[in-house]
Amino acid sequence: MSAITSTDTSPAPAGRSEGKRASRTSLRFIALAVLGLIVLLSVVRQVSGATDLTAAGAISAALALAVPIAMAGLGGLWSERAGVVNIGLEGMMILGTWGAGWAGYQWGPWAGLVAAIIFGAIGGLLHAIATVIFTVDHIVSGVAINILALGATQYLSKALFEGKPGGSTKQSPPVHDMGRFSVPGIGDPLGSLERHHWFLVSDVAGILRGLLTNLSWITILAILLFPLTYWVLWRTAFGLRLRSCGESPVAAESLGINVYRTKIVAVVVSGGLAGIGGAALALAASNFYQEGQTGGRGYIGLAAMIFGNWRPGLLAAGSGLFGFSDALQLRGGGSVHALLLLVAIVVVLVGLWQLYRRRVAQGIIAVASGVIVLVYYLVSDEVPAELTGAVPYVTTLLVLALASQRLRMPAADGLAYRRGQGS
Amino acid sequence: MKSRLDPGRIGLALVAPVLALVFAVAIAVVVLVISGYSPLDTIKQMVDYASQPRTQALIVNTATYYYLSAVAVAIGFKMNLFNIGVDGQYRLAALAAAAIGGNVALPGPINIVLMILVAMAVGAMWSGIAGLLRAWRGVSEVISTIMLNAISTAIIAYLLRPGRLAVQTQGSNNIGTKPIPKSSQVPGIPLIPDAGMKVFGLIIVAIGVGVGYSVLLNRTVFGFDLRATGWSQTAAVASGVDVKKMLVVAMLLSGAVAGLVGMPQLLGQSYSYSLDFPTGLGFTGIAIALLGRNHPVGIAFGALLWAFLDQSSQILDLEGVPKEIVTIIQGATVLSVVIAYELVRRYRLVQEQRNVGKALGETSEPPVVSSGATA
Repeated sequence: MSAITSTDTSPAPAGRSEGKRASRTSLRFIALAVLGLIVLLSVVRQVSGATDLTAAGAISAALALAVPIAMAGLGGLWSERAGVVNIGLEGMMILGTWGAGWAGYQWGPWAGLVAAIIFGAIGGLLHAIATVIFTVDHIVSGVAINILALGATQYLSKALFEGKPGGSTKQSPPVHDMGRFSVPGIGDPLGSLERHHWFLVSDVAGILRGLLTNLSWITILAILLFPLTYWVLWRTAFGLRLRSCGESPVAAESLGINVYRTKIVAVVVSGGLAGIGGAALALAASNFYQEGQTGGRGYIGLAAMIFGNWRPGLLAAGSGLFGFSDALQLRGGGSVHALLLLVAIVVVLVGLWQLYRRRVAQGIIAVASGVIVLVYYLVSDEVPAELTGAVPYVTTLLVLALASQRLRMPAADGLAYRRGQGS
Repeated sequence: MKSRLDPGRIGLALVAPVLALVFAVAIAVVVLVISGYSPLDTIKQMVDYASQPRTQALIVNTATYYYLSAVAVAIGFKMNLFNIGVDGQYRLAALAAAAIGGNVALPGPINIVLMILVAMAVGAMWSGIAGLLRAWRGVSEVISTIMLNAISTAIIAYLLRPGRLAVQTQGSNNIGTKPIPKSSQVPGIPLIPDAGMKVFGLIIVAIGVGVGYSVLLNRTVFGFDLRATGWSQTAAVASGVDVKKMLVVAMLLSGAVAGLVGMPQLLGQSYSYSLDFPTGLGFTGIAIALLGRNHPVGIAFGALLWAFLDQSSQILDLEGVPKEIVTIIQGATVLSVVIAYELVRRYRLVQEQRNVGKALGETSEPPVVSSGATA
């Protein structure tokens, strides 16, 4: 497993053994990357005058929008690390939103969260039974679960929400608010720093205020789940077994691991995580279940996971990117247009790096697309609102097209496995 | 030695979908009973409603585009390609065809041919992106087509605006492309008497696509290569098949058929692409292709079944039963049908092993006795 730990780029949780050169370099790399991104954001904000780019409101919206995507992605990570492709995340998320609304309006938001996890996990269990025990094609089962979840929630809404106060055939009655959390004593000083619009300082203040104040409890839970997932999957015996089922189930079996049980556990956890993503939509982003609330975020989560190369750290970064572009689009005001400048600079930089590493074709393509984006930025005044919605998807396609050779999915991901097939 | 028409084989092939449907209906009955509705009444209402000639015409019409969508998916399946993007492909294709048909003033039939060709080209172009990404960059077509679906939704939202491709529909607040001139509309066929409506004229195209699909797969070198690549990529490479080219061509074909999905509706009923153009047909196609096991006739039955469930459920809301019970049946059918096929496959494998064992035992003395000792 040394190959896996040496390419580690995830945020290191506390208690990790010191003195590993590889992890220290990757930590330094992350710090540099974050710093570079903030500097870039400040530059773009100064040049374009789009103050919303680093405003606390935008950052906090980005965080809130990233959470459902990140939870779906984390669900995908658990499942695919155990070798089960989970395209049913969307359906499990739908089940989560419905469970959150149904239990939430009757017994309060925390019961809603628990119900969301349980409902999502039921979807996961169904997927696990179909794919692990009956070796059904993973994508077929996922598509079926998406159809089934949509039908079941629509049916149940008509049967249970219609006629209730505030409820309708497409919406649950309202759920009480969960309350929010702020790190005490920092909101006002950071806010006043932010209002000065100083280069870099105000940007950092805005970002910090967005990340540390007015947080939903589900957001905090979601953030904590990342180091927890990392620790469980990469630092415990159970995690090693789980990942070995995704790499080579036959080898895992030969070592006495119960592959079926491990895979089923992984997929059920995956469904529960997608359920939390649904709860974030129904309990934090709004205060009711609504039909179509997920809006394909399960699929985006899957994209974020691939974007993140089946690693939690990069998955978090990918979700953040999607959440950020979503937030800017929702807030309007020309900041998406400014984002084009940022994208152009980043893509050109990546292209130059590729050229420096003598990957000529990729480098030229990247620089050329960066220049095209830059030209578009210069000649246009705004990005049509309808098209900005496509930004995350186009980004994902570009990343896949340019970096797919460097992505490495678990070796036995999506393959059917039957007990004793290796002997 | 056994022919393809062996009754046992056909029986086994039919057992799976029938079992799955029975299982799915059983789930629906349980759901109905739990939520306090009478399952017998519900089924009776659906059957009664479906026996009206008008509903039957609607079922045939719905089945027409379901069939096209399922064939588009099946072409990919035959090569182990999962074209989830049929949804985006047909919507984009229908929008493009509607825009061309409404704005180009060619004489009637030529305009129809032009629209159909445009739709096929746009569908093929959109799926071709996924095909190229898969062949040259190794990007999974599942992910890329999901992304392309979302991108096509954004593009359609952008283009379908007044001042771009859309105009206000008269007498409503709906917007759509400029209506196709009368001369380029495809007349219906009065297939079902007393229905009060005709079935889509383009049902002929759907049948043609089905026949073409069957011939292509079973009677051409290309079809053989396609199936060979689907069965075993390494074996196909060894016998000289250019797998990358096959990937792209299969994806293009699938997209071209996907482009046709919206045409019966566009040319036979709505005559323009508006905000309420049917969506989600691509996902239905996946389900039906699975149900029909990618067989041209099997898919036809699957499409009719799906259309029956969809159309006959329309009566349920009026009777106070949520019509989404049908979606539950459909989802359960997909899941249980694939499970049933898997179980039948395992059963057949065991059966074959037993037959082989029996045949060996009958024809010769046990062959393994001495070889075990020397080896």
